[in-house]
Amino acid sequence: MSIWKKHEVFEKHSLVLVIGILVVVAIGGLVEIAPLFYLKSTIEKVEGMRPYTPLELAGRNVYIREGCYLCHSQMVRPMRDELERYGHFSLAAESMYDHPFQWGSKRTGPDLARVGGKYSDEWHRDHLVNPRSVVPASIMPGYPFLLEAKLETRGIEDHLTANAMVGVPYSEDMIASARADMLAQANPDGDDVDAFLERYPDAIVRDFDGNSRDVTEMDALVAYLQMLGTLVDFSIYDNKANLR
Amino acid sequence: MNEAYNSVASFAQTWGLVYFVVLFAVVLAYALWPKNRSRFDEAAHIPLRED
Amino acid sequence: MAQTKAKYLTLEEGFFAAFLIVIAFVCLIIAGKTYDQVMAFHTALGSLFAAGGAFIIFKNYFNDGGMAIPQEVDGKPNYNLGPIKFGAWAAVFWGIAGFTVGLIIALQLAYPVLNFDLPWTSFGRLRPLHTSAVIFAFGGNVLLATSFYVVQRTSRARMPGRIAPWFVILGYNAFIVIAGTGYLLGATQSKEYAEPEWYADLWLTIVWVAYLLVFLGTLWKRKEPHIYVANWFYLAFIITIAMLHIVNNLTVPVSIYGTKSYIVWAGVQDAMVQWWYGHNAVGFFLTAGFLAIMYYFVPKRAERPVYSYRLSIVHFWALIFLYIWAGPHHLHYTALPQWASTLGATFSIILWMPSWGGMINGLMTLSGAWDKLRTDPVLRMMVVSIAFYGMSTFEGPLMSLRSVNSLSHYTDWTIGHVHSGALGWVGYISFGALYCLIPWLWNKKQVYSLKLVNWHFWISTIGIVLYICAMWVSGIMQGLMWRAYDQLGFLEYSFIETVEAMHPFYVIRALGGALFVAGALIMAYNLWMTVRHGEAEEAETAGAGAMAPAE
Repeated sequence: MSIWKKHEVFEKHSLVLVIGILVVVAIGGLVEIAPLFYLKSTIEKVEGMRPYTPLELAGRNVYIREGCYLCHSQMVRPMRDELERYGHFSLAAESMYDHPFQWGSKRTGPDLARVGGKYSDEWHRDHLVNPRSVVPASIMPGYPFLLEAKLETRGIEDHLTANAMVGVPYSEDMIASARADMLAQANPDGDDVDAFLERYPDAIVRDFDGNSRDVTEMDALVAYLQMLGTLVDFSIYDNKANLR
Repeated sequence: MNEAYNSVASFAQTWGLVYFVVLFAVVLAYALWPKNRSRFDEAAHIPLRED
Repeated sequence: MAQTKAKYLTLEEGFFAAFLIVIAFVCLIIAGKTYDQVMAFHTALGSLFAAGGAFIIFKNYFNDGGMAIPQEVDGKPNYNLGPIKFGAWAAVFWGIAGFTVGLIIALQLAYPVLNFDLPWTSFGRLRPLHTSAVIFAFGGNVLLATSFYVVQRTSRARMPGRIAPWFVILGYNAFIVIAGTGYLLGATQSKEYAEPEWYADLWLTIVWVAYLLVFLGTLWKRKEPHIYVANWFYLAFIITIAMLHIVNNLTVPVSIYGTKSYIVWAGVQDAMVQWWYGHNAVGFFLTAGFLAIMYYFVPKRAERPVYSYRLSIVHFWALIFLYIWAGPHHLHYTALPQWASTLGATFSIILWMPSWGGMINGLMTLSGAWDKLRTDPVLRMMVVSIAFYGMSTFEGPLMSLRSVNSLSHYTDWTIGHVHSGALGWVGYISFGALYCLIPWLWNKKQVYSLKLVNWHFWISTIGIVLYICAMWVSGIMQGLMWRAYDQLGFLEYSFIETVEAMHPFYVIRALGGALFVAGALIMAYNLWMTVRHGEAEEAETAGAGAMAPAE
């Protein structure tokens, strides 16, 4: 009995240590993270933001899979040189549907937050297949296999459903027609284009990979790159409303 | 935005400061309490005592 | 010494065996139903590992008849060294693998043709492999091995459980294999230093809970009244990493038959959670854990108690309650509200004090024994690691200042800073610990060759200096080039011109990395020879000597 009594005291001491550590380390995170869920500048919705189309989402997943974020940021800082080099500084709202965010932490290559529309599809294709064919001094790896890889269309509905579960406003209609939408966006001559554009107004419909036979991972990745940073129209955006 | 910043800042500058000062004082008191001295000297030798 | 044979498996053995069998079946079912090739491969692997684990549990039971392991032998605690030995060698193996991958990606940045344009050899997939291999595989195994050693020795008690410690160390290494092969095959969450997908995260959580229980269990069994300060640091590391890991990996899998998942956090909240995690992975994994190593191995090697035990207590609490706030300094000038990043920077500056308090405590432990630095290269390695700790904890707060960060962020300066901490502090304190631990575990007097330790020390020190200096120059240079204007008020350099300017520094960096790898290879040879041919601790009888294999 007496041994157990002593033993108990020791146990309590290490548990006191455990609780002390937890209390001390939990507070910092709470104070810093919790306000972000209700502060105006971090949750405000900005005109023009819409969820990714199924093709763009698939392209984004290729972007993630290949680790593009390790060398390319997607966050233009409000500094003179960055505004001139890349465009308007990034808003919190522009990544509101990003699960996970792709701000990056390193610019071995340039920022991509506003790369959409800056280059042609053909340029992107050539650049992704062999970066040095268009930028001789580039140190980027080549991704020729993206042209060959047929895009996985199975289960894309589940991807939209999972996104909807974490708060991306995909409607039931969007989820149900995800697969058709995915193919339609890369098929300007197809029959499903009108229905697709009804669900995602202003989305770009093009044969992104220049190969009308298949919808490839190249289609998806270029579709994603071409929409990056294009959703918000900064000619009508009131930047005073969102100062940070 | 500004009022949010101000409220967070004023909270951090008052209660936050109090929290840290109190926490630090408690730790210092524990570490420097004369009665604990021999215990800590003993503890410092734990790795060196062979069994 | 006949002991009674247990009729049944112990509760622990039964629990683990049942658990592993369930895992094996679940994996098998998923492997059969999935069309995701990575998932099929990983579940097949998982099934194999789990079935193997269950098999070993039964085999051991039938072999040794489930005899209870004595808690003490000849009045001394019967320490459980097996999992520690495994962890130590796993650390050596993963270390060399991780450093080598680092060298490869350094060369890829200098010579992009080395990407080979294949999916699984491109920089984007190898870089997470490098970071995870060095942080979690090398660093993690060092932490597991040393923490098991230190907590047993300073508690004077054997770790609880027969299976649990092995489950922790083998389960952790299984996680490494799943995570690493996943990166090569393209399974990643894209959260830096938290790339493994949902199923690997889930597995790690289970292993981590077992780790916490084994660690706490040893403390509960301890014979020493006081919990030695190194264990405080280990405990803070284990608990905080658990909290960070869970919050930063809250994902919704697309399907249990697929690798892909989506994180519940979005955009700016996700960024905040990620860098709260990311910076505290540095604070609690790469700092608190390795400070625990410092607080045990430096006094032990220098044969004198830590300079001030009181300072170590203040150091501990100050460090853990300040570090947790520093994360947002990674997000200056982003869409994160400024108050948050400023708060992060403020705490980073205050953090300088406990960091240097810890450094002083480590260094001053040698006061009165400085002469040992001349004769003992192992101790020298550990002391230099503390110096590197001081240097990078000075540089860190500096870089967290808003104005400095506007220049340094996104450049190689950050990479250089990380590596002065990672190679100098984490690397050297780990090497020092391994040079101590391996002889202790195999009952040898000393490492096989102190001369080779000396070579390791100098070669890798030159490597680190080359690495850090190259990154300082290239980082600051690129940062300045990005914001340079010509007389007409236009940007002076295009982005690609800044990339071209980096080439020579990338070559120098790769050279530094190569030297570091070379040093690690020397260490591996030296440690291997220590185990095979090292001089035994106590002069064994002639008979035992004769039984040793011929050299």
